Amino acid sequence: MINNYEELNDMHIDVLREIGNIGAGNAATSLGMILNAEVGIQLPKVQITDFDSTVDALGGAESMTVGVLLNFSGEANGLIMFLLKMEDAENITSVLVHDDEDGAEGLSEMKLSAIKEIGNILGSAYVNSIALLTGLQIDISVPYIAIDMAGAILSVPIIEFGAVGDKVMFIEEGFYTDEEELNSDVIMFAEVDTLQRIMGRLGLEV
Amino acid sequence: MSELIRVGISDYAKSRAPEIIVTYALGSCVGICLYDSLRKIGGLSHIMLPESSMASRTETNRMKFADTALTDITRDLVNMGASRLTAKIAGGAQMFATPAMGAMGDIGGRNVRAVKAALARLKIPIIAEDTGRDYGRTVYFDLSTGIMKVQSIGKSTREL
Repeated sequence: MINNYEELNDMHIDVLREIGNIGAGNAATSLGMILNAEVGIQLPKVQITDFDSTVDALGGAESMTVGVLLNFSGEANGLIMFLLKMEDAENITSVLVHDDEDGAEGLSEMKLSAIKEIGNILGSAYVNSIALLTGLQIDISVPYIAIDMAGAILSVPIIEFGAVGDKVMFIEEGFYTDEEELNSDVIMFAEVDTLQRIMGRLGLEV
Repeated sequence: MSELIRVGISDYAKSRAPEIIVTYALGSCVGICLYDSLRKIGGLSHIMLPESSMASRTETNRMKFADTALTDITRDLVNMGASRLTAKIAGGAQMFATPAMGAMGDIGGRNVRAVKAALARLKIPIIAEDTGRDYGRTVYFDLSTGIMKVQSIGKSTREL
């Protein structure tokens, strides 16, 4: 029985990393189809860190970031976030949307909804692969978008998953393409109970 | 100019003039600046949840919660010689337009309300506030003047 993220051992972390790998693999395939490009993924990282280090690891408190959030619930509870720096958001959308009506915050309505949809597809692919792998019934919310300082965006999962203990756990996947300098992250936070349930379904006694 | 004292999430700092205390990128968290203008002593707290009753029994970080953090900081500032404290608060945004349901629904608004309730219990008046809405805030608290400077992306800097 695990009570907080700090009690996860190396074997648990290996399993979580593999789940991230599968989720991100499916997400990368989906992203590749949208962009019509090869999308690679970096080796997933399972991070168990304190709150400030979480923000530092994902761009630094004040870096201007676009975040797309999807909550998932049902037999597994957590959230998926698609994060990219503002300049990468501009690069990726300029491939997809051709308009010159960028607003005061840098991105047009059309480009914003393109990012939101990419986040939606990535997050759904990720969560669906967990559901398929484990047989758990998981519902996914509609996507929500925010453009702001990374620290402010990340306050949302940190508050939700940092209520118990002084650390949070997230699985981080870096995506990249060859042509465009696209660096983005998909991160997953989940409740401790959910992690136990997922690992249990995969045959790991916890 | 003096060195900036950085306050992280679930953290606080106290000092006196001419120091400046900063906390970066408050989202749904709330930053509270407490100040004694006569003695130029103050503290900045960055809380992330309303009530310590939300914590598990093993919880040790009192700086995470509005109620326990403000009680402790007030005691520390009084120990440093402060007597007439006033408060300025910022943060408590709703970063994503998610429905205000569930345990974490409208957590920014609940954080702000908990901070106000805790300050009322401690009889510390709030003299300035920049809270709510849907954007992040970085807060600089100047202990020489008591001014709370709030910066957000795409908005002019506010000095309160």
